[in-house]
Amino acid sequence: MSDLNQLYSEIIMEHYENSPNRRELENPTIKERGHNPLCGDDITLELKMNGDVIEDASFVGHGCAISQASTSMMCDLIKGKNKKEALKLVEKFIDMIHKKDVDLDELGDAQVLQGVSDFPARVKCALLAWKTLEKII
Amino acid sequence: MLDILKIKDDFPILKTSPHGKKLIYFDNAATTQKPTQVVEAVADYYKKYNANVYRSPHYLSTLSTESYEEAREAVKRFINAKTSESIVFTRNATESINFIAYTWGLKHIGEGDVIVLTIAEHHSNILPWQMVAEKKGAKLKYVHLDEDSRLDLDEFKRTISEGHVKLVAVQHASNVLGIINPVDEIIDLSHRNGAKVLIDGAQSIPNMKIDVEKLGCDFYAFSGHKMLGPMGIGVLYIKEDLLDDVPPFLSGGEMIDEVFEDHSTFAPSPLKFEAGTPNVEGAYGLIKAIEYIEGIGLDNILKHEQELTEYALSKLVEIDYVKLYGPKNAENRTGIISFNVLNVHPHDVATILDQDGIAVRSGHHCCQPLMRYLGVPATVRASFYIYNDKSEVDAFVDGLKDVRKWFR
Repeated sequence: MSDLNQLYSEIIMEHYENSPNRRELENPTIKERGHNPLCGDDITLELKMNGDVIEDASFVGHGCAISQASTSMMCDLIKGKNKKEALKLVEKFIDMIHKKDVDLDELGDAQVLQGVSDFPARVKCALLAWKTLEKII
Repeated sequence: MLDILKIKDDFPILKTSPHGKKLIYFDNAATTQKPTQVVEAVADYYKKYNANVYRSPHYLSTLSTESYEEAREAVKRFINAKTSESIVFTRNATESINFIAYTWGLKHIGEGDVIVLTIAEHHSNILPWQMVAEKKGAKLKYVHLDEDSRLDLDEFKRTISEGHVKLVAVQHASNVLGIINPVDEIIDLSHRNGAKVLIDGAQSIPNMKIDVEKLGCDFYAFSGHKMLGPMGIGVLYIKEDLLDDVPPFLSGGEMIDEVFEDHSTFAPSPLKFEAGTPNVEGAYGLIKAIEYIEGIGLDNILKHEQELTEYALSKLVEIDYVKLYGPKNAENRTGIISFNVLNVHPHDVATILDQDGIAVRSGHHCCQPLMRYLGVPATVRASFYIYNDKSEVDAFVDGLKDVRKWFR
């Protein structure tokens, strides 16, 4: 059960069940849907931009614990970052999920998703939000 | 009663230990496992008979052609077709349905014609008809389910009597709900209204005695891999009187009579429907799958699936956080149960069960219109076959209780 402990840790469950980022923004600058057609994870990411800076980030949608927690963690992480910084974090996260050696500290809560790399069937759940963000900034 | 222990012994893959646990394989509606008899037949074909079919006059080519034709005869007997000309080998049920859509469909369905489907169809029995409808200006009409999650036959009767129906394409059994559709009545009503009928038999061929003569359907499609056979071999049955009405699908080698620079004539059925070198080892493996199934008996298989379904349902209705989809009893259905665990996404349920060695499917099961109709994005699906038993159902139910430990 230790593997599952990693996958469904308290912090992941907290983001899944009670995310403050699960809301709609008033007048978002960018709104983008991302979904995994095969398993049905479906999110809409909303960003409020101030020039180059992501002032606010939120999401709505439905999906598994991993996809939803990952989206929430990403929203936390990118608030206040400029596009370049955000893209760098996306790259770092993707590298982590693909088991590459990265400095995890910068990823904040999202570093707990490292365990997903041991569940190949769940990798795309964890990546959904990050790939969606990568497309729009 | 099936001798489950003896059957289990025939399936080497069932000895796999996922994550150190005993494998409980409940994903049979996706594909069944293969008995040693089938695995060895495929190897045997390459060890003893391999050569290209129909072409060369040498010893091995004769054996290969005989193996392939033996498979056609075996399928003909298995589904009681009148003639082996009606048996066309394809890759799978999906290809069989596409075959009819692209050939008979594009030739005979025209503007204003109606194609009737059910809301529970697999995407492979929806998309080909959307293609025909779009290209030809035809219309799709869906028949829905009644309160017991079974096909609403009254709605079907109303739909067919509205006229202009050229084709009824309907699954024999649902890959999500397990319901067995009243295809006898559907075929009869369709024919009386001048429509042809295609039956998607992907989920009925593993567990029901199919008699295409008695059914009277025009087309019957199924896959070998869902009935213990190899992947990549499927069957399309075309009723004898329609053989000349169905143009070739793919063209090239093997399917010709004479080829000139600017035109060609075709071989008689079924060869005109099978262009290129076919999947001979798959067809040969399918013979052994048919023998295995017939050795157990299709009536016994369905009865076994229903016993397990009834047993599982009786346990699952007791759990208040499990929501079941489909009829509330095991009558007139195959061994498929779809459900959700309250507040837990099906993908998470499947991952947690997998850690216990239990293989189930989660997702939309290639049935998005049905999911939308049921009002859910996805479900978990457990599907049983001949090597499953009640102790596995018990372990599965215990596993579901574990799921809740992670999601409070």
